[in-house]
Amino acid sequence: MSVTAPEIVPGWETVIGLEVHAELATVTKMFSAAPNRFGGEPNTNIDPVSLGLPGTLPVLNGRAVELAIRVGLALNCTIQRSVFARKNYFYPDMPKDFQISQFDLPINGEGWLELADGRRIGIERAHLEEDTGKSTHVGGGGRIHEAGHSLVDYNRAGVPLIEIVGMPDLRGAEDARAYVSELRSILVAIGASDGKMEEGSMRVDCNVSVRPVGQVELGTRCEVKNINSLRSMGRAIEYEARRQVDLLTAGERIEQQTRHWNEDEGRTHKLRSKEEAFDYRYFPEPDLMPVEPSEEWIAEIRAGLPMLPRDRRHHLAEAAGVEISATALTVDRGLDDLAMATIDLGADAGRVLVHVENNLADGVGLLTAASFAALIALETGGDLTATQAKTVLASVVDDGGDPAAIAGQMGFEAMDSSELEAIVDRLISEHPDDWAALTGGDDKERRKKSGFFVGEVMKATRGQADGRAVNELLARRSAG
Amino acid sequence: MTERITPRDVAHVAELARLSLTDDELEAFTVQLADILDHAADLDALDLADVAPTAHPLSLVNVFRADVIGPTSDRDEVLAAAPEVEDAQFKVPPVLGESR
Amino acid sequence: MAEAVRSGARSARSVVDEHLDVIAAREPEIHAFNVVLADEARFAADEIDRRVAAGEDPGPLAGVPVALKDNMCTRGIPTTCSSRILEGWIPPYDATVVERLAAAGAVLVGKTNLDEFAMGSSTENSAFGVTRNPLDTTKVPGGSSGGSAAAVAAGFVPLSLGSDTGGSIRQPAALCGVVGVKPTYGAVSRYGLVAFASSLDQIGPFARTVSDAALLLEVISGHDPLDSTSIPAAPADLTSVLDRGVEGMRIGIIEELSGDGLEGIAGDVQARLGEAAAALEAAGATVETTSVPSTVYGLSAYYVLAPAEASSNLARYDGVRFGLRVDAPTSGDMHTATRTAGFGDEVKRRIMLGTYALSAGYYDAYYGKSQKVRTLIVEDFARAYGRYDLLLSPTSPTTAFSIGEKTADPMTMYLTDVCTIPSNLAGHPSMSVPFGVGDDSMPVGVQVLAPAMGEPAMFRAAAVLEAAAPPGAAS
Repeated sequence: MSVTAPEIVPGWETVIGLEVHAELATVTKMFSAAPNRFGGEPNTNIDPVSLGLPGTLPVLNGRAVELAIRVGLALNCTIQRSVFARKNYFYPDMPKDFQISQFDLPINGEGWLELADGRRIGIERAHLEEDTGKSTHVGGGGRIHEAGHSLVDYNRAGVPLIEIVGMPDLRGAEDARAYVSELRSILVAIGASDGKMEEGSMRVDCNVSVRPVGQVELGTRCEVKNINSLRSMGRAIEYEARRQVDLLTAGERIEQQTRHWNEDEGRTHKLRSKEEAFDYRYFPEPDLMPVEPSEEWIAEIRAGLPMLPRDRRHHLAEAAGVEISATALTVDRGLDDLAMATIDLGADAGRVLVHVENNLADGVGLLTAASFAALIALETGGDLTATQAKTVLASVVDDGGDPAAIAGQMGFEAMDSSELEAIVDRLISEHPDDWAALTGGDDKERRKKSGFFVGEVMKATRGQADGRAVNELLARRSAG
Repeated sequence: MTERITPRDVAHVAELARLSLTDDELEAFTVQLADILDHAADLDALDLADVAPTAHPLSLVNVFRADVIGPTSDRDEVLAAAPEVEDAQFKVPPVLGESR
Repeated sequence: MAEAVRSGARSARSVVDEHLDVIAAREPEIHAFNVVLADEARFAADEIDRRVAAGEDPGPLAGVPVALKDNMCTRGIPTTCSSRILEGWIPPYDATVVERLAAAGAVLVGKTNLDEFAMGSSTENSAFGVTRNPLDTTKVPGGSSGGSAAAVAAGFVPLSLGSDTGGSIRQPAALCGVVGVKPTYGAVSRYGLVAFASSLDQIGPFARTVSDAALLLEVISGHDPLDSTSIPAAPADLTSVLDRGVEGMRIGIIEELSGDGLEGIAGDVQARLGEAAAALEAAGATVETTSVPSTVYGLSAYYVLAPAEASSNLARYDGVRFGLRVDAPTSGDMHTATRTAGFGDEVKRRIMLGTYALSAGYYDAYYGKSQKVRTLIVEDFARAYGRYDLLLSPTSPTTAFSIGEKTADPMTMYLTDVCTIPSNLAGHPSMSVPFGVGDDSMPVGVQVLAPAMGEPAMFRAAAVLEAAAPPGAAS
């Protein structure tokens, strides 16, 4: 499927690959029995291992491995033999001054994720690693190089993370948002992570490059870090794309860099160049043994996976006879099961999706598949207009009950077609100029005047008329 | 094998390892490290093209722990060992560079 | 001794007091300990006696004084690794071996000196002064577990624990004339052992006799869920097989490590090895010389692999959470100032060597290549153990050398580990058994090597050598 992404700068294509870190929803840390818990008093969720005290050793949390495999399966990755490695660099919030990660042998190899519009985005790998603690800068006028000091809390140190490295298949900020949303839905659906960006349990680094539209070769990329929300991701990508295009159009070269997004200033700034990149000196972690998931274990985990958003969309699209993209919102709202059950009861699929999208944004309350189907039957049978159906639906959501009975109580009754004709004819005679404009005007004028007459009919019938029927009648009269 | 280790290499490695060396130390360590690495040049006599690396003497796999909470540390005991503490956190001089 | 305490024939307190007296007499001269825990030991001994009086069994090491190398964590008791950087650090937890010793009724009387972070072969690299060989105080005790070896040799304790990464138990055992065992990698938990090189480190016993060493090894070995590299098997039964002899065993003397192939094995050491081989033959074993060619490359590979792992293991000494801090304006500068002041030269040397071997552009040439040599050594041993039950070599190329003799040139010091390193690279057990003395009347050790989990056969051969050994050195 080919979709043209909006260009941030006309004539330039923005190419994005995302690295997403998600904290895994385990009870304990990756390598020790200290609690994996957000918040809490500083330095309470710690033990000798998560503090990296001399002599301590990591022991791998089997549940973290299982959740990582779930992620791999949900992202259609190859699940493979994996080895942990040490990534060496000094940082006060990293207790051992190395991070246990996976390097050349990640647990999940290549895979893909399908966006809501059906496009597939490549996944390069999804590997396990441990989180760091948190350091907070205190004093010094808020500027980091002006004295002051930092305080370190190791509650988060050793929390299991999965790092999902996407391929540079995204073509703009909107794409990136769609990808992260989809990934988040998947992680939540399979119980791997709570996906809360605001609590930092999901973090995104963006690799951004630009190239003239039509160029095949990728441009030099910059990695943007410190993105804390979907909104700031979009802003950061747009800023970075413009910055790169400005440089290129000014005849300069892009230097491969790691850049820091400053939310307040709305800009990125350079952290380090490729030449200054850390030499992490990866080597196999000698305190841990390789992970070799058996075929049986993988099959067992696969069998325990719930239905994924993608499967739900396909399922619903097939049942409703619509495009995949038309099902996205329903699945996103978690209403696809209700929609499917309602359709199974014979309800018109199109009306089901329209109501879910337009009238059920705030939840379904006491609505059941049966009452939903009954409501739509009234609507499609001509007993309720769309406006009336919406009103009845809101009542069922709030208080439950039978839609037909509620419609009766509200005084909604199907209007006799001869009654409607009489009203329309009266209005035509009362508004001859408008009618002339409708029959004689251009398309725009016609649409405008149709709207006028529909509005007048609705006023006259206190909303009981069916808008579609009014339009048909107006068309017949003007043609006749 | 590769060229002999230079004072520049040693200075770079010391920086990576967060060690600072005086000029005399740099010179002495360069000579010593070069000696040791020269000895390792013995290995050049071996044909290792088809030899797989061994990272570890054991061949265990899938050594897992159950996801069950165990005892946590007594925070006061842990903080008592720290050089400097403030607000129940480890206090350090300002950290330059990014937050990650 | 434990039997006497368990039966009530002797009090644990009297045993401990007797050893504390020996320590008081000779420790100032030897300096085996970083700390002597006299009050704690007496208290623990009284507790053992109370339990015996109450009809309880305090365990197989009831009342036996033990010393621990000061790189094993002890809750509430400083653990220094003989380094300034850890001076004053009090671990909030016990190493698994410490728990097992306590559960067996052993009484901890002190923590012993070592080469800083176990890096060295003479115990001269300690931040707290050298340990002297009790048999000749002008000589080194070997290292890095020199304090634990000297403590046993001096009669301070009958048993002690050391750690062995490239020979750090066996070599000082040989130089001090005691028994020292490096078990199969994974046989003894490393939890609480401050890491030097994680894929090579192993804790093991020192003792005056082979049977005492067997008893101590039985107590400390066995699976530990806190160590992912702990072998999930029950500990081997050693004490009950000691008297089974070597009748019918096939034993190979490693040609490359026994003089003819390798320069530097002293003539007196070669002579004792020959006599040891004859003793085994006399006891019914078939003994012949055999080639294990890649063992000669062990040293080169080791001095890349061990420092590489060490460079990472020792990163955590950064002045943030524990130990020394030297203040500086930024955290990065503080790390550097702290580490520069806290580590001694040998530790710095190995950290830099290991950092270099792992750094971009050099990994394949050094670390990668050394890992491949490790494979060759594993394969060569596997071939040898297809033909032989055990292998034999000297433990150390020479008897104890003089204090200061090898400190100027690191490479000379490293060469003293040539015979012991291959077992660490392969993860195999091996042990040093005293077998007579050299021309200088200092002890010579013979190394018995076995395949992984081959401790029972190894101890049987050690028992035969012990019985046949010529008189040892007098202390």
